[in-house]
Amino acid sequence: MSDVLVFAEHKNGHLPKTTLVALGAGLELAAKQAGKCVVVAAGEGTEELAAHLAGYGVAEVIALEHPALKNYVADAHAQALAALAKELGVQAVLASATAVGKDLMPRLAARLGAPMASEVIAFGEDGTLVRPMYAGNVLATVELSGPLRVITVRATAFEVAARGQSAAPVRKVAAAIDPSALKTELVSFEETKSERPQLSEARIVVSGGRGLKAGENFKTVLEPLADALGAAMGASRAAVDAGFVPNDLQVGQTGKVVAPQLYLAVGISGAIQHLAGMKDSKVIVAVNKDEEAPIFNVADYGLVADLFKAVPEMVEEIKKLKHS
Amino acid sequence: MKILVPTKRVPDPATNIQVLPDGLGIATENVKWVINPFDEIAIEEALRIKERLGTGEVVLAAVGQKSWQEQLRTGLAMGADRAILVLNEKALDSIAVASLLAKIVADEKPELIIMGKQAIDDDSNQIGQMLAEMLGWPQATFASKVEIKERRCTVVREVDGGLETLAFALPAVITTDLRLNEPRYASLPGIMKARKKELKEVPAESLGVELTPRLKVRALRPPSKRQAGRKVSSVAELVNLLHSEAKLI
Ligand SMILES: Cc1cc2nc3c(=O)[nH]c(=O)nc-3n(C[C@H](O)[C@H](O)[C@H](O)COP(=O)(O)OP(=O)(O)OC[C@H]3O[C@@H](n4cnc5c(N)ncnc54)[C@H](O)[C@@H]3O)c2cc1C
Repeated sequence: MSDVLVFAEHKNGHLPKTTLVALGAGLELAAKQAGKCVVVAAGEGTEELAAHLAGYGVAEVIALEHPALKNYVADAHAQALAALAKELGVQAVLASATAVGKDLMPRLAARLGAPMASEVIAFGEDGTLVRPMYAGNVLATVELSGPLRVITVRATAFEVAARGQSAAPVRKVAAAIDPSALKTELVSFEETKSERPQLSEARIVVSGGRGLKAGENFKTVLEPLADALGAAMGASRAAVDAGFVPNDLQVGQTGKVVAPQLYLAVGISGAIQHLAGMKDSKVIVAVNKDEEAPIFNVADYGLVADLFKAVPEMVEEIKKLKHS
Repeated sequence: MKILVPTKRVPDPATNIQVLPDGLGIATENVKWVINPFDEIAIEEALRIKERLGTGEVVLAAVGQKSWQEQLRTGLAMGADRAILVLNEKALDSIAVASLLAKIVADEKPELIIMGKQAIDDDSNQIGQMLAEMLGWPQATFASKVEIKERRCTVVREVDGGLETLAFALPAVITTDLRLNEPRYASLPGIMKARKKELKEVPAESLGVELTPRLKVRALRPPSKRQAGRKVSSVAELVNLLHSEAKLI
């Protein structure tokens, strides 16, 4: 028997899709190991969230409560989760490889003295794990040994957990935290406001690169396309570095990894680091004026054109389609 | 202030990585080796902090083979003061590397550790966080801005949905994101000076750390290749195909 503890990241009680994917992965891993899947929601006043989590086919939900867990900070969360993992005696702790998951899980692994695999994309039948390396150019089959393993999963690689019929028991646990070991103060969070769908949740993503030439063009040229399609916006590193768009739109090896139904790369050359973040999209469209651009090697539909002419035309065509 | 910058040697990011036929490694004949780009940003940030304060020492550290001297010399040429190479031939996991670095920290007693958020070879993004926990220090990962005033440090972090600001007293571990700075190139005088700077070698076995990896890589393979599709000749054709063939709009 081999139990899995899933860390349910939430923002003020709201569950992002990435958390439901972690749950899906946790359930899959537990089933493979003939163990049970326990999920933990950490925070203050998490009862409602815990009750909601109970409907996803898990064996138990822990509402891990402490004032120091109200907002996410690595040191408090690592302490509390490590104590809980030990108390439960689980064999694996799993989270989604989001900014929080990436920040927290290695710290937790060190606290538990456990080995860790990042951004896992598949579980083998023999206990092995598959994870990408070298910007996704290599897939490694790895094995973690020892009584306890720490894993983050890539959100594009697993299905979201389905809501089931019955509700699992919810247990409230007062987190074991040594306040003298809390050394980090969360000063502020500057949210990137957007009316559009979240990049990591969207069915369609419209991404712009250096070819857009200015932040203003993201607004006047690319946003109308995103709006016509009900799409999320994304960007290449070059576009983010140039200050055209906020950092959390970066898609790639060192940004977000997305796999929407449709990914439109506009004025993006297709560097390996960018491909690492989008090449598992179902359908890829590239608009680029350079017919040699490497993005065309992965695109299902490629349009060699000046984006400043092509994109407004696309918006018109899509509108026509919608009205017909 | 003494700042420790752990670094790694990796293939140049533009390398076209090929898995060896036996699936046990990658082809290295034509690989150009460089300092991990995120670590270069870390070195740059450490140098800027030292320059701003007008005092201090920037010490590089690496856990690897003799050949890694080359990248450490590059870091010294950028302006770091000295370097420590923990010599090790075998494969290590992140826990082992973090444990070795923790030993270096115990010896060197830096007030700040700045390192890359991830190495672009294994893409693990683990060691900074592990090291922070082992030392009982605060961590600020994915930093895009670092400010230090009288041993108090404020870091802006690139996180999902925006920018987060953390504050803490030193010592601490900071890991760098891409937008923290633009690393300088080594100057010719810098390269000359670097030759004379101290590069100390320490055998990994001498540090009393359990080195047997508990993350073992069993096999490597290339991912299935995506087929290039077709070129379309007009916007109308594209939109039409997305509608009638792909059925996505
Ligand atoms: C350590 C490291 C990490 C990295 N991480 C990432 C990452 O996570 N994500 C990422 O994206 N990159 C990343 N990069 C950067 C990556 O290597 C590329 O530099 C980057 O993706 C290039 O962005 P781009 O395609 O927008 O710009 P460019 O490569 O400059 O391409 C611009 C494209 O726009 C086209 N274009 C220009 N004008 C027009 C026009 N009018 N109409 C149509 N097309 C036009 C050009 O033909 C060109 O193909 C990383 C690099 C390193 C070293």
